[in-house]
Amino acid sequence: MSERILMQGNEAMARGLVENGCIVATSYPGTPASEILSSVMAWQKAEGLAMHVEWAINEKVALEIAYTASQSGLRSAVAMKQVGLNVASDPLLSAAYLGVTGGFIVISADDPGPHSSQTEQDSRLLAMLAKIPVLDPGSPAQAREFTALAFELSEAFQVPVLLRPTTRVCHACQDILPAEVNKLQRKADFRKDPARWAATPNFRYRLHLDLNRKLADIAAHEPTAPRLLNPGAASSRAVVASGVAAAHAREILENLGLWDGLPLFQVIQPYPLHDTFVRNILDTYEEILVLEETAGVIELQLRDRARVRGKVSGAVPEAGELLPELIEHIVAEFAGMPFDPVSTPPASGGRRPTLCPGCPHRASFYAIKKAAPKGIYPSDIGCYTLGLNLGGVDTVLCMGASVSQAAGFHQTYRVSGEQRDVVATIGDSTFFHSGIPPLIDAVSQGAKFVLVILDNSTTAMTGNQPTPAVPLPGRVPVAIAPVVEGCGVRFCKTGDPLDLPGFTHLVGEAVEFARNEGVAVVIAKSPCLVDRTRPRLPRRQVEVSETCTGCRVCTSQFECPALVYDGNTKKVTVDLLICSGCGVCIDVCPSRSITGREEGP
Amino acid sequence: MISQQLILSGVGGQGILFITRLLAETAIAKGLPVMTSETHGMAQRGGIVISHLKVGGFSSPLVRPGRADGMIALKPENALLHRHFLADSGWIGVNASSLPEGRGDLPVFPVPADSLALEMKAPRSVNLIVLGRVLAEAGRLFCDFEDVRLILEKKLATKPSLLQSSLEAFRAGADFAQRAGC
Ligand code: SF4
Ligand code: SF4
Repeated sequence: MSERILMQGNEAMARGLVENGCIVATSYPGTPASEILSSVMAWQKAEGLAMHVEWAINEKVALEIAYTASQSGLRSAVAMKQVGLNVASDPLLSAAYLGVTGGFIVISADDPGPHSSQTEQDSRLLAMLAKIPVLDPGSPAQAREFTALAFELSEAFQVPVLLRPTTRVCHACQDILPAEVNKLQRKADFRKDPARWAATPNFRYRLHLDLNRKLADIAAHEPTAPRLLNPGAASSRAVVASGVAAAHAREILENLGLWDGLPLFQVIQPYPLHDTFVRNILDTYEEILVLEETAGVIELQLRDRARVRGKVSGAVPEAGELLPELIEHIVAEFAGMPFDPVSTPPASGGRRPTLCPGCPHRASFYAIKKAAPKGIYPSDIGCYTLGLNLGGVDTVLCMGASVSQAAGFHQTYRVSGEQRDVVATIGDSTFFHSGIPPLIDAVSQGAKFVLVILDNSTTAMTGNQPTPAVPLPGRVPVAIAPVVEGCGVRFCKTGDPLDLPGFTHLVGEAVEFARNEGVAVVIAKSPCLVDRTRPRLPRRQVEVSETCTGCRVCTSQFECPALVYDGNTKKVTVDLLICSGCGVCIDVCPSRSITGREEGP
Repeated sequence: MISQQLILSGVGGQGILFITRLLAETAIAKGLPVMTSETHGMAQRGGIVISHLKVGGFSSPLVRPGRADGMIALKPENALLHRHFLADSGWIGVNASSLPEGRGDLPVFPVPADSLALEMKAPRSVNLIVLGRVLAEAGRLFCDFEDVRLILEKKLATKPSLLQSSLEAFRAGADFAQRAGC
C-alpha cells in the first residue's frame, strides 16, 4: 500500500495490531471502542492473514482468550470500552503478576464527557491498580504507532500493556500511510510451568516483587519516554500533557504565539512516569501545568504540590471533557495572558436521542406499560435504554443489572410485606454478556418478576455486531430460549412486539405467572431496523385520517419520531422521510385514525 | 497550504458521517492533510450528530468556538445550535426552505433538501443535496464540485444504483442554486 488513506482512530489501532503481527484479537463491542475489532476483521480479510478474531460474550472472556494466546507465545490483543475493563479487571490483575510470553495489549477506550457511557472513569488508574504500564495516544496516527511500542514494551518486560485511547482518538479520522504487515511466523508454543501459570499465594508474593522490579525498569524505558514537542522553547514554566489534550495544547500554543515561549512535553506513558523526567522537570521549571484526561494520573506522580498545577490542585476541572476551548483558557491563564472567550454555545437546544422510527423496542415498552401499568421497570445497557423517554425504564446500573435489580426489587418489597409487579428489560447481547448468572440466582432464590428479553438478533447500539445466537459460518449458534429454560425458568414464551395486541396479551400472561409462581421470561423477537444483514419486512404506507382528535397519545406516550403533531391543524401527520412503515401506530391510536396500506418490501 | 475548519451538523440517520468522510477523502486526493472528529453511539439514534473537519496543518481533531470557516447544517435548528463555532467571516449552508433565524449578517446558502429528496424519492440524500448546494458557491470550500464527484464515484463504485441516485441528489443541490439564481 502506498497511498495515504482516511483512517478512524479505531481503524488505525487495528491496522497497528495487524502490522505488528497480532494473531489473536478479541473484543466485546462498546462505544467508543467498537470499530477496533471490526477493522481487525477487515484488515485480516484484505491481507489474507491466519488469525483468530472473535466477538466474545463479554470482556472478561475476551481478555482471557487473548491472554491465553500470549501465554502460548503469540502476539494478541483485546479491545473494550472503559467500563468493560471493570468486567475484565479480575483476569487482568492476575495476568499482571503472571506476566506474558507473546506481546499482549489490552485496549481500553475512555469516554471523557461522557458521550456514550455510564462513567468517566480513567482506565489509567486501573493500570496503576494492576501495576501495568499504560500508553496514551493523542491522535489516530499515534494510536497506530503506539501499538508497535506496546508490543515491544510487553515483550521486553513480559507484562500486559494497556493502550488507553479516548473518544476523541477513537472517533477522529486522519490521513495515514499504512505499512507492510510484519508476519512473525510464530507457532503456538505453550511451555508448561505450573509454578508460574498456576501460581499459589506463596509464589504470588514473589511474582509481586518481580512486577515491582519490572515497573521500576519500565520507568526508564527510552522509547516510551516523554517527548518535548517544541525543543526551542525556553521558560521557567512548562506544560505537560498526554493524549488528545496534548494535541489540543500543541495547536493552542501555536495560536496564542506561545510555541517558542512555553515548553510542551507530551507524556506517552503516563504510568509508570519516567523517573528521570520527573526529576528533570521538577529541577528545571518553577511551575508546571498538567493537562490530561480524566484523572490527575501524571500530576499525582509529579510530587510537588506547590509547583504542579492540574486536576488535584484545582487548576483543571476534575470532571467532563477537556475541550480545546477550556485548555486555551487554562493555558492562557498559566502563561499570564489576557483571555476573552469568543463565543459561547446557546444555553439550551438540541434534541434527545430516541429509538428509531419503527424500532421493535418501542412497541415492547408500550406493551409492558399496558400490561403492568403500576410496575417497576429495571432496564439495562443498549439502544433500549432510550425506553426512558417512553416511561418504560426506571433503573439502569450496568451490564446485566436489570435481572439482579428485578430480583432485588422483589425481595425488598417482599420483606416489607408487599408485592409489586416488576418487569425488567434486557437486550439479547446484554443477556449473554452478564444476564445469565443473575437469572439463575433469581430462580433459585424464588424471586417473582417478568424479564423481557429484547431479542433483535444483534448488538444494535454499537453497530450491529453478532450475538452468540446468530448463525454465522464457522460458528455454532446458541439459542436464547433453551438457555433460559436451563436456568430453571418455567415460563418462557416468544412473541413479536410489532403485533402489539398479541404481544401485550403475552406480557399480561407473564405478569400473571410472575405474581403467583416465579420468574417469567418473554422473548420479544423482531429484528433491528438498522441491521442491514436482515431481510426487509413488508412496508405499510401509513396515513392519519381526518378523524385524528389531536389527543397526542401516539406522539407523547408512544413517541415515534415519524409522527409529528402539527400545532396549526391540531392533528398528527406522518413524516414520510423517516417512517419505517412498521404499522404499530395503527394499534396505538385510541380513535383508530391511523390506517395503513400494504406495500412491497 | 490551504487551511480550512468546518462544522457539519445534523441528527442521527441523516448521513453526516458520510459527507464528512467524503470531504476528508477529497482532501486526501488533493494531497492535503486532514483530521475529523465524528459522533458515534447513542446520539446516532436521532440525537444531534456533529462532525468537525479540519483540512491543513492541524493537530487537534476539534474546532474551537469562533474558528470555523463554514458550517453545513442538515436541520435549520442546527444552524442556530452550532452557530457559535463560526468565525466572524463564516458562512452557513443549510437544509431550510427559508433563511433561518439568528444568523446575524453571515452569508447563508439555503436549500429545501427535505422536499427535494422526497420529490426524487431519495429520502436518504438530504446530506448530498445540501453539500451540492454549498459547492455551487465558488470558493467557499477547499474543493470544488468535480473534486467531490470523483471521490463519490470511487466510494460508491460497487453500488451502481446507489451511486446514481446519490449523484442525482448531489447535482440537484447544485442545480437548485443555479435555478434560484443565487
Ligand atoms: S438501532 Fe435497531 S435496536 Fe437500536 S433503536 Fe434503531 S431499530 Fe431499535
Ligand atoms: S408506521 Fe407508525 S409507528 Fe411505524 S415508523 Fe411509521 S409512524 Fe412510526
